[in-house]
Amino acid sequence: MRRTLSVAVLGGLLAVSALAGCSKDGGTEGGGGDDGKIVLGFSQVGAESGWRTANTESIKASAKAAGIELQFSDAQGKQENQIADIRGFITQKVDVIAFSPVVTSGWDAVLKDAKDAGIPVILTDRAVDSTDTSLYESFIGSDFKVEGQKAGEWLAKEYAGKTGDVNIVELQGTTGSAPAIDRQTGFADAIKSNPNLKIVKTQTGDFKRADGKTVMETFLQSVPKIDVLYAHNDDMGLGAIEAIKAAGKKPGTDIKIITVDAVKDGMTALAAGEINYIVECSPLLGDQLMETVKAVKAGKPVEKRILTKEGTFTQEEAKAALPTRKY
Amino acid sequence: MTTILKHRLFWPSLILVVMLGVNAFTSQQFVTIQDGHLFGTLIDILRGSAPLILVALGMTLVIATGGIDLSVGSVMAISGAVACLLISDLGNQNSIGSVLLIIGVAILVSLALGLWNGALVAIVGIQPIIATLILMVAGRGVAQLITDGQIINVRSDPYSTLASGFFLTMPVAFLIAAGAVALTVLLTRKTALGLLLESVGGSPTASRLAGIGARRITVMVYVVLGGFAGLAGLIASADIKSADSISAGNLIELDAILAVVIGGTALIGGRFSIIGTVLGAIIIQTLRVTVVAVGIPPEANLLFKSVVVVALCLSQSPDFRAKVFGRFKSRPAVEKVGVPA
Repeated sequence: MRRTLSVAVLGGLLAVSALAGCSKDGGTEGGGGDDGKIVLGFSQVGAESGWRTANTESIKASAKAAGIELQFSDAQGKQENQIADIRGFITQKVDVIAFSPVVTSGWDAVLKDAKDAGIPVILTDRAVDSTDTSLYESFIGSDFKVEGQKAGEWLAKEYAGKTGDVNIVELQGTTGSAPAIDRQTGFADAIKSNPNLKIVKTQTGDFKRADGKTVMETFLQSVPKIDVLYAHNDDMGLGAIEAIKAAGKKPGTDIKIITVDAVKDGMTALAAGEINYIVECSPLLGDQLMETVKAVKAGKPVEKRILTKEGTFTQEEAKAALPTRKY
Repeated sequence: MTTILKHRLFWPSLILVVMLGVNAFTSQQFVTIQDGHLFGTLIDILRGSAPLILVALGMTLVIATGGIDLSVGSVMAISGAVACLLISDLGNQNSIGSVLLIIGVAILVSLALGLWNGALVAIVGIQPIIATLILMVAGRGVAQLITDGQIINVRSDPYSTLASGFFLTMPVAFLIAAGAVALTVLLTRKTALGLLLESVGGSPTASRLAGIGARRITVMVYVVLGGFAGLAGLIASADIKSADSISAGNLIELDAILAVVIGGTALIGGRFSIIGTVLGAIIIQTLRVTVVAVGIPPEANLLFKSVVVVALCLSQSPDFRAKVFGRFKSRPAVEKVGVPA
């Protein structure tokens, strides 16, 4: 009895979803029948930092301004959630899928599904390691390697001509994520020419404040003399600042701090002299994303790699920029 | 000597001592006095383990009654979110009275969430793992609703004292946890409450027939755990001066259950050890710190932790010890020791 019931329920659900699919197809193919709005399915990594929430807000605001219907989902930092979200978008037959991959690998299968369904995919902020680049239309975002290089170049300049070892500790982002890998290699490349600059400890802080704080506490205990902290994002840097203060040291003075991102909390700390240098990684890519979505939908060719516009901030520049900062 | 060796907490204690020894070796200051309070790696470990001690303590009581609670991480997130949202709305965030009131509100909310779990288990009669799974999933959503999916920052000195402050040279967070442990030990070991808990865990039906209010006791342990988880959530959010509804207390239920198991409490209910649980929680926190101090590469973190945990669990099995070490002795291989862990 129970079995027949569940079969009946399942059958009913299938029928309903098939109907929904039909009506949707009719709408898009018919053209004028619907209001002609482009539907964009976007899967966000999560809300793990201030940067990410600014990124989310930019995408939501730009979609509204551009008249694009946004189906937003949050993967909460898990790849399996994100794959499920993307499969959901394919089933819903959205016009364009965009997502910010949680990790770099393991996307081929789901991207092939999207391609087979004829839905173009745009990557934002983070890349994937798929060898088949036809699986996505474009990748909009920062070059994390360049960000790491900018951070390293500033440090190399700061210590140019000085002798004596400089002990650097590094707080990495989520293990295996593109920004963590590239910011690490970019930074290492830039300081390679100066043998005095030494990375003595490196550990993951998972891009989170709490982890940044606990890892820095241990760094402070296990490294005799820390001169520089390089954190892969502002939030871990902010957590580390708490640990440095608790250890009776002065962040920004006793330990020089370089971070990446330039979110408001980070910029406030920079202006207050607790951070020394921030490499911007702008989350405000919403407008560029919507332009690309429209171009892709209209069948126009788009650049395979679109860079977001961004700069760097010293303490003085932060003081000047802070009042007009959007995020 | 052999009686110490046979004590079920001997092996976990030994592993803790070894790890602390490694930390004493790698760290600049293991324990010292700085700015008028204790400072150093040992103090960092005690302070950092406070939220896990609180959650694992409540979890011990729930497991003693034969239950389990998966929703503790979500309760932590909700409690931190409620507190930070209310504090960020304050005109003067440094007003001690208002902050205390808000802490009270957050704990009341957590107790109510515990009551929800307890009611589902004891009154509606849903299996604990399912009943608390509801709040585990939905609770994180509620926390995100409260914070609107954002990280809420607070700049309140009284609030951050909860995590970073010191009282009588000891970290406030650890004192809170120690207070909770002392109170629980007192109530369960100096009154009949502990016996009642164990009897409910052993057999709820037999307890009820013997005149014990099994249902009331079951609801009570979930409410207590809700309160402890709420307190842990406040400490965790005060530590970073912000409410992060996604990562606060994420997966802490597994660490808490692990701490309970390391401490020798049987997952089927009945027998429980509070001191064992506290030991387990401190071991887990020490392991986290050791991974960084020794410089294990980030990619190998999880592997290293699992190897230690497997070694820990195997070391507690008398059968395993007899099989491995028994070969070197002339005694018969298998030896029955008290109660297997």
